[in-house]
Amino acid sequence: MEAFTTHTGRAVPLRRSNVDTDQIIPAHWLKKVTRDGFEDGLFEAWRKDPEFVLNQAAYKGATVLVAGPDFGTGSSREHAVWALQNYGFKAVISSRFADIFRGNSLKNGLLTVVLPQETVDRLQKLAEADPTAEVTVDLVGRQVRAEGITVDFELDENARWRLLEGLDDISLTLREESAIAEYEANRPGFKPRTIEV
Amino acid sequence: MGRTLAEKVWDDHVVRRAEGEPDLLFIDLHLLHEVTSPQAFDGLRKAGRQVRRTDLTIATEDHNTPTLDIDKPIADPVSRTQLETLRKNCAEFGVRLHPLGDVEQGVVHVVGPQLGLTQPGTTVVCGDSHTSTHGAFGALAFGIGTSQVEHVLATQTLPLAPFKTMAITVEGELPDGVTAKDLILAIIARIGTGGGQGYVIEYRGPAIEKLSMESRMTICNMSIEAGARAGMIAPDRTTFDYLQGRDHAPKGEDWDAAVAYWKTLRTDDDAVFDAEVVIDAAALSPFVTWGTNPGQGAPLSASVPDPASYEDASERLAAEKALEYMGLTAGQPLREITVDTVFVGSCTNGRIEDLRSAAAILEGRSVAEGVRMLVVPGSVRVALQAVAEGLDKVFTAAGAEWRHAGCSMCLGMNPDQLAPGERSASTSNRNFEGRQGKGGRTHLVSPQVAAATAVLGHLASPADLSDAVAATPAGV
Repeated sequence: MEAFTTHTGRAVPLRRSNVDTDQIIPAHWLKKVTRDGFEDGLFEAWRKDPEFVLNQAAYKGATVLVAGPDFGTGSSREHAVWALQNYGFKAVISSRFADIFRGNSLKNGLLTVVLPQETVDRLQKLAEADPTAEVTVDLVGRQVRAEGITVDFELDENARWRLLEGLDDISLTLREESAIAEYEANRPGFKPRTIEV
Repeated sequence: MGRTLAEKVWDDHVVRRAEGEPDLLFIDLHLLHEVTSPQAFDGLRKAGRQVRRTDLTIATEDHNTPTLDIDKPIADPVSRTQLETLRKNCAEFGVRLHPLGDVEQGVVHVVGPQLGLTQPGTTVVCGDSHTSTHGAFGALAFGIGTSQVEHVLATQTLPLAPFKTMAITVEGELPDGVTAKDLILAIIARIGTGGGQGYVIEYRGPAIEKLSMESRMTICNMSIEAGARAGMIAPDRTTFDYLQGRDHAPKGEDWDAAVAYWKTLRTDDDAVFDAEVVIDAAALSPFVTWGTNPGQGAPLSASVPDPASYEDASERLAAEKALEYMGLTAGQPLREITVDTVFVGSCTNGRIEDLRSAAAILEGRSVAEGVRMLVVPGSVRVALQAVAEGLDKVFTAAGAEWRHAGCSMCLGMNPDQLAPGERSASTSNRNFEGRQGKGGRTHLVSPQVAAATAVLGHLASPADLSDAVAATPAGV
């Protein structure tokens, strides 16, 4: 995973709540067997509308998505995270994320930042009033900064450390080989098996 | 202090616990399908890793599979590639696979339980959010992303952040004609699509205890639509009876040992939930959605709500956008909404009981003119059972299409889709914009409501059928 320390970029205000992962990346895109090439599928249906915020020239090249509450609900598709990253987003800010989406984002180095709705509103207003305004998402200092806005955010220390270091979860877990083997040795015999080995 | 069911199952799977770190949990059963696994197998291959426990892993094909002409090559080359990739990966890594055409093929969340692999007190994961279905057995079951799929393949464990517990107690008894689907839709409308966020929900109370296993699966299946990490129901005699004799259920002494353990999987009397919700079953009636998320629902007897009636600005905006997308107007009675398509199937309502209840309503009746009805069994086994009972004949005689098992019209990944602007009454789980096909409009309903709607051509419950002519609104 790519490490995330701090990022500064322009913001896109997405004034919608309950943006589900079917909107982020429609199902027909999920037939691909790679982790890249999803950028054109991002918000595909909404992008058909020339007025949609991502279609506005002023927001071209923006890298921080400032979304309404309950972002990433629905399907567990990690493709939603890949689509946002493939498009160029480095961070998403919302007052509430769906659990699976949040977990997926943090495993891929897409920083999802939870801020109070009132602060999200202010950031959206800022980005609407001035599309060139820059927003800094600082994971080292656990802070979001923009003109007139400085706000701390929380992220559990373990997730933060993994992101800052860009650590691969599987390698970390494999260090626990003896604990896993010991657990396996003590599992009850009645537990189900899919095949005899 | 006592522990909840979820806490007991969690505690029994902790491989390693350390201060300031997520618990490392052992995974008892890993289900795979073609959509969320290819990148995970790729990751293993690149790192030179193996599947640690092929004996705890099983795969099937469901999302991409067509429900017609399954003996012919799959027309969409991208879908075909994805299925071929799963077959290649399973062969290479030694994973048991039930491909299209196999007698055990079907929607992954129908297949696990019917094989007896889903058992009380197990941890079950799948790269699919509807893995919550398996919680109906008292399993801790949740959907994961592809990175986590790779993690489980490589280590049979997952590092997991702690969860909160929520009790949803359903008091009383469901009235006649009110199903598990109506109940869960009403629950989601009540607590909202984010209401369960961070929680493992335990459904309990007399109305839950009376439900069959299949109805319990319908309830737990949609836990994710309330944003919950998982949904669970304590195992009881109903659970044990369902499991006994199934292919992978314990046998002999193992059965006795398993049941003894399963009986301990109840929330202790002195356990405390982080949140509690109480629902009065007797007050419920058939429930349908009008909007574009599963929380936007109302009793069938109600009308499309007025967005202006919402106090919360973002809910108001969401309702406005939903009505625009759905082509509905505030105040319109839900019963007057006409549909083009009716879909019975999916991991929510594609099991034999669902097909039986839809067939019972269609028997001797016909699907309304201009309405297309698809009946898609959740698995080949469900299909075989339905055929043995003659249900397929009931459906086809009524004018419905009887299809092969798969996810079908639940999501737009296979040929079964709505055309832009088309409206469906669907027994599936998501009414998101475009979920059933670009521009498609979805109303989530129970199998009974689906069948009655198919007959009348507008959203309806079986109770409307006795006076069908009088109940048919003008213009239908």
